[in-house]
Amino acid sequence: MTLLDDFLIRAALAGIGVALAAAPLGCFVVWRRMAYFGDATAHASILGVALALSFDVSVFAGVLATALAMATTVSALAGRGYAMDTLLGVLAHSSLAFGLVAVSFLQGVRIDLMAYLFGDILAVGRADLAVIWGGAVLVLVLLWWRWPALLTATLNPDLAHAAGIDPRREQMVLTIALALVVAVAIKVVGVLLIAAMLLIPAAAARPFAATPERMAVIAGLLGMVAATGGLQLAFVLDTPAGPSIVCLAAGLFAASSLTGLLLQRRRS
Amino acid sequence: MNSLISMDGLTVAHSGNTVLSGVSLSIAPGEIVTVVGPNGSGKSTLLRSVIGALKPSRGTVTRAPGLRIGYVPQKLHIDATLPLTVRRFLSLPERVSDARASEALIQAGAGDLAARQMSGLSGGQFQRVLLARALLCNPQLLILDEATQGLDQPGSAAFYQRIEKVRQDLGCAVLMVSHELHVVMAASDRVICLNGHVCCEGAPEHVASAPEYRALFGTGTQGALALYRHEHNHSHDHGCTHDHGHQHEAAE
Repeated sequence: MTLLDDFLIRAALAGIGVALAAAPLGCFVVWRRMAYFGDATAHASILGVALALSFDVSVFAGVLATALAMATTVSALAGRGYAMDTLLGVLAHSSLAFGLVAVSFLQGVRIDLMAYLFGDILAVGRADLAVIWGGAVLVLVLLWWRWPALLTATLNPDLAHAAGIDPRREQMVLTIALALVVAVAIKVVGVLLIAAMLLIPAAAARPFAATPERMAVIAGLLGMVAATGGLQLAFVLDTPAGPSIVCLAAGLFAASSLTGLLLQRRRS
Repeated sequence: MNSLISMDGLTVAHSGNTVLSGVSLSIAPGEIVTVVGPNGSGKSTLLRSVIGALKPSRGTVTRAPGLRIGYVPQKLHIDATLPLTVRRFLSLPERVSDARASEALIQAGAGDLAARQMSGLSGGQFQRVLLARALLCNPQLLILDEATQGLDQPGSAAFYQRIEKVRQDLGCAVLMVSHELHVVMAASDRVICLNGHVCCEGAPEHVASAPEYRALFGTGTQGALALYRHEHNHSHDHGCTHDHGHQHEAAE
């Protein structure tokens, strides 16, 4: 395992793991217009970091628990008087604020807030790597298992009902997958940029995909390119790694959108 | 003959508002039942209760054991961000063989659409693909929720004729809903008028002999469309017996 001794190799593997889990889930986030939902869940996780540190449990567990709590709260409150974007805006930013305040209460714990806000991929250790890949595999298995039901429920809830699928259960599956992705991605890109890892590769894959499966695979590939390429960029230019990954992903999105437009124009 | 679906005193409430009250209805194998009623009369609620998407607040919905339902939803918005070919759509949620898929597409009159993107289909093509998908399970009961919404009159007529043919071929019962109060399928065995409750039921051929029907029934629709006139200016405040005059009209 001498290979894993190199911090850059570990960082690249961590980035690839997150990209692989985030891509197919990100496709659902795009198709179901859940971008804000992803944002809110991710922002709430800083509160999870504070709670985990103060109760001395693993950050992964704390983040997973708060992300789940946040996502279920949003699902439960949806359609009860407030528009979804208002509700998510309130919850996302207030949970971030509460999290930041809670972190400031932590006495005696030296906590690098920036590492949780923007990620600290270069500090990924072997244990982190195990958590990231374990979580990523869990998300992929979960999505693989529920894929047809998830797609049907995404198309239309009534269509799902008629086929004996409960759309709320599928929503719950996505919620759990989202909480898992947030928990594993916090070390890599940080809470502020997790939504970017979900959305951007999936959106960039759209012009090249004819079926949902192909979109998920292409998103995974683009995510991996962004993760490894962004890491190299950060190394060469001496820039922060997490934001560099997202910048490269945004570049890929711009290129793909342009290509998509050109393809469309040529066809018509 | 055992009914496929029977509703007994079905009452459904959405957030405190009673949408359907005391609806009792049953559908026999092979019959075509059309539900008409104005907007907000609970037609879609009725269908959604039948497929199990809504729980009744009172009353029961009983499905025959192992009932296969083919459901054609009112409208399906497919987000432009979701790439989906017609062929892939047919394999949701359960994978079907290419042979079965093309058979259903041909039955639904969409034989040439398999490779197309769902988001690029016209309204009529989209409805035929939805119908093809509903036929995949070899349904005993085909449920259509305002299937011709957004189609022009010849389009609707062609669609209804197709449904009639499907019923002949498969022998399935058809339960469909139309918000166009006056335009229903001539092939309907029963027309049910709904306005929160069942106002009246009648066979369309009785209506077809009425002079209003002759006057308003277009000749260009090859008998697929019939007219069903119904006045909604009566009050339903009493809520118990509904022996309105038009019930007799329909039965004349």
